[in-house]
Amino acid sequence: MSPHPPSILLLAVGLVSAAALGYEILLMRLFSIIQWHHFAYMLISLALLGYGASGTFLTIFRGSLLPAFSKTFILSALLFGLSSVVCFLIAQEVPLNVLEILWSVREWGHLVVIYVVLAVPFFFAANCIGLTFQRYRECIGRVYAADLVGAGTGAIGIIALLFFAFPITALGVIGVLGIAAASLGYLATGPQPRWVATAWVLTVAILTTLIQSGGLTTHSGEYKELSQLLRVMGTHRLQQRSSPLGLLTVVRSPEIPLRYAPGLSLTSHAAVPEQLAVFTDGDGMSVINRYDGSPDAVAFLDDLPSALPYHLLSANPRVLVLGAGGGTDVLQALGHHADQVDAVELNPQLAHLVRRVYGDFAGHLYDDPRVHLHFADARGFVSASHSRYALIQLALLDGFNAGGAGLHALNENYLYTTEAIREYLSLLQPGGFVAITRWVRLPPRDGIKLFATAIAALEDLGITDPGRRLAWIRNWQVSTLLIKNGEFASEDIDRIRRFCAERSFDIAHVAGITREETNVYNVVSRPYFAEATTALLGPQREQFLRSYKFQVEPATDDRPYFFHFFRWPLLQEAWSLKGAGGLSLLDMGYPVLIATLIQALVLSTLLILVPLRNLGDSRDHDPDSRRRLHTGIYFSCIGLAFMFTEIIYLQKFTLYLAHPLYAIPVVLAGFLLFAGMGSRWAARISRRSARGRVILAAAALLLLSTLYLVLIPPWLHGTMHFPTAAKITLVLTCIAPIAICMGFMFPLGMARLTYGGEALLPWAFGLNGCSSVVAAILGALLSIHFGQTAVLLLAMVLYGVAARFVP
Amino acid sequence: MYSRYSMASAFCLLALAIVAGSSSGDDYTSARVALVDEIRQERHDLGTELGGTEFDARVLSAMAKVPRHEFVRDSLKSSAYDNRPLPIGSGQTISQPFIVALMTDLLQLQPTDRVLEIGTGSGYQAAILGELTSQVYTIEIIPELARESTERLKRLGYSQITTKIADGYFGWSEHAPFDAIMVTAAPTQIPPPLVAQLKPGGRLVIPVGSQFLTQYLLLVTKHPDGHITTREMLPVAFVPLTGGH
Repeated sequence: MSPHPPSILLLAVGLVSAAALGYEILLMRLFSIIQWHHFAYMLISLALLGYGASGTFLTIFRGSLLPAFSKTFILSALLFGLSSVVCFLIAQEVPLNVLEILWSVREWGHLVVIYVVLAVPFFFAANCIGLTFQRYRECIGRVYAADLVGAGTGAIGIIALLFFAFPITALGVIGVLGIAAASLGYLATGPQPRWVATAWVLTVAILTTLIQSGGLTTHSGEYKELSQLLRVMGTHRLQQRSSPLGLLTVVRSPEIPLRYAPGLSLTSHAAVPEQLAVFTDGDGMSVINRYDGSPDAVAFLDDLPSALPYHLLSANPRVLVLGAGGGTDVLQALGHHADQVDAVELNPQLAHLVRRVYGDFAGHLYDDPRVHLHFADARGFVSASHSRYALIQLALLDGFNAGGAGLHALNENYLYTTEAIREYLSLLQPGGFVAITRWVRLPPRDGIKLFATAIAALEDLGITDPGRRLAWIRNWQVSTLLIKNGEFASEDIDRIRRFCAERSFDIAHVAGITREETNVYNVVSRPYFAEATTALLGPQREQFLRSYKFQVEPATDDRPYFFHFFRWPLLQEAWSLKGAGGLSLLDMGYPVLIATLIQALVLSTLLILVPLRNLGDSRDHDPDSRRRLHTGIYFSCIGLAFMFTEIIYLQKFTLYLAHPLYAIPVVLAGFLLFAGMGSRWAARISRRSARGRVILAAAALLLLSTLYLVLIPPWLHGTMHFPTAAKITLVLTCIAPIAICMGFMFPLGMARLTYGGEALLPWAFGLNGCSSVVAAILGALLSIHFGQTAVLLLAMVLYGVAARFVP
Repeated sequence: MYSRYSMASAFCLLALAIVAGSSSGDDYTSARVALVDEIRQERHDLGTELGGTEFDARVLSAMAKVPRHEFVRDSLKSSAYDNRPLPIGSGQTISQPFIVALMTDLLQLQPTDRVLEIGTGSGYQAAILGELTSQVYTIEIIPELARESTERLKRLGYSQITTKIADGYFGWSEHAPFDAIMVTAAPTQIPPPLVAQLKPGGRLVIPVGSQFLTQYLLLVTKHPDGHITTREMLPVAFVPLTGGH
């Protein structure tokens, strides 16, 4: 047997890795459509433990599997292709209702079934890779390079594919890639027994039948907004558009008008025009309004809290709308005689619907000469802009139910940070306003956190009395915060009072308001809003932030978790009051993250410990306990550190590249491809000098990361206005040296094991896989609590520890 | 003293309801009584957060009488008297009993009141209202749900409840004005026509939140002079801020 893997086999390994990573990203898309995305995160994180299970499996059965390498490889690739499709279809049929999860034990059973089912494809993919590591243990660097380069290509490939294909079609492509990898494996390893060919034909036949019979479909969750609306008589889907940014569905309801106008005054007499609903992944409803150019058609928009700034500005303001969506805020600006409206929308497909597909319906709103449409991330647009506006409007960008259930708790959000507010203020004309509208949730949390963040931003700018630059109004459903570039004059305050009195809105804060005035029309049982504003603007701020029931400290770019409100005492209190509606206090995202981490730790520990017994029983090449300990520490540390580093740079560069569609493929593929190059390089290093090179690589990582922590923030800030291509080049230049060093660690560790520790190879592979899964969850958790910088420092410490425990 | 009397009267009504339930051969009577006891205790434990510590005894009596198991699917009958929302098909839920009791209680119904319900769903809430007043009008927008609930309410003998399939946004002008209106579907906005169909002094209750988690209830009051206020009613006690604010 040749110790060198044929190139065609390396291609097969790369293809399996590409398909497996593509599958992981694709599952996020698919489960975002059929469930809610934070549960998608949970399901897929745990399914990835299939990698750990494979390590355990290979450790236990390596004796019988290695002699049958070629057959096992081909069969595993075939089973990956088949199971990637079939297991998703099975998982989709499990009647999991995540909304019942806090009430019903049965739903936990459903969750476990989904984990197990989804782990199967990853198990088979990992078998292919892990087995190749063992079979060609003299050339682990080359195999690992193929694995990483494949994964990097998969990250780019799936995003590209999702531009052209619906997610469910892309699932079929993943299945075909599995078969292609098996075919390459077949070619690489020569003649096989007849049953292997039969298995190949059977897999192709089953997949072809599934695809051609129309068996590949997705069902949107029963309780998602889209499903709910479609049950109303007369409603029907008009359009579906898909891209990596989401599945857009347009719905018309000709019999029952939609009348979607969050925050509309109860005293409003204006009619809401006919609307088309637009859902993203079956949720987050926004609307396209019928507009015929008449003032009556938009009169209702003057009865929303977000109309307040137009009553304070001079005529014909220049307006920036961040998150233009279906165009409601643009229409509001035009209805108030805006001179120019810059409308920023992330999703070009949504803008295309308004502009072209329903252009007549929407009154060719986006073709109005006063409207300038920009396809960009809101924060990125602001960072690169040099224009000056009288008003910057931040629309309601999320649906009430999603926000209400705390589904965004784990999302990084760079729109509502102190740095973001400072940037908005820098684009304002003198006397201009930033207006941010949020849903009202009680007891209040979003609004208070936003108020605290605005105060922090103003103080960062040297404003000593921020309360005089803030006005905050609310009704039962939404609140609007105004931040003025200057102090509110008494005539401004008079106008605010008049605007609110006419519409039965309450003023939560404006300079000089009394506590009694804040709770008149929309009465809350306690004057939460007045208590919060008084404390935040006074000497009791720190005490308030520490003691408030929810986490409402200002969000920053280093801890950009605006929607994270959870505090531990809430869990106990909410649970004890479950029967009396207490669970509504909980924001679901964070507890789900903790539950995922605990489950991942328990399962990983099992997967790591089970093979250890087997290793102890092994008579040949029995590694001593010190070797096992070093192996365990080394591969756990580099698994954790790799993911921590990748996650944090992904977050940082998402802000810089200002578009997730650039950031995800560029950063993921960048890390994987350059790490692959590092591995390829490491393959040339003899195992005797491996320890020294590991220490050198760890030292280089420490040095580079320290340099980056100091140099990158000003460097990024100074180049925000660069063209995207230049920014991508800069990001890759930045990633390259660090990823190459990271790519050394795994193959060099594995190379050390080929020196009397062969039995530990698959265990080390599984361990690395398990710790990567744990790291993905733990990294998010640590970032929420301690910030991105702290997680990056921790990654460096872990690399240092790994260097101390080279196996 | 008042509290003790109201508790005593609640127990009397409960006892009557138990007798009535037993005589109908209902196997779920004890579960229903346990549920009523649980929600009564929950309310008591919340203290005065919701204005008083007791539900109206008539509301508890209605909760003890209406067979919730008749309003859920066969597979969920064993959970019918759990104090939690349950799925009823068509993407809808039957609300958590505590929330049903609280919403009903907030309307402060009198036996002669005319009540409008928007969102019949399974018909459970309408049945509770039907135990308290002689005129209940209920509107459901989803035809299949409306047909099922109409048939169910008829079968259970709720002849005082009138149903129709329609858009609840415009209320039911033929029978307006109403003493009370209950909206059982979480709204995207409060329909002004409903507010217009309230009598002066009338009350309207709406839940805010998702299907399985009612975040809070909104009580809209039309004052005798015609002006409107909303008031949030948290179902759950919220421990006040600490730190001497």
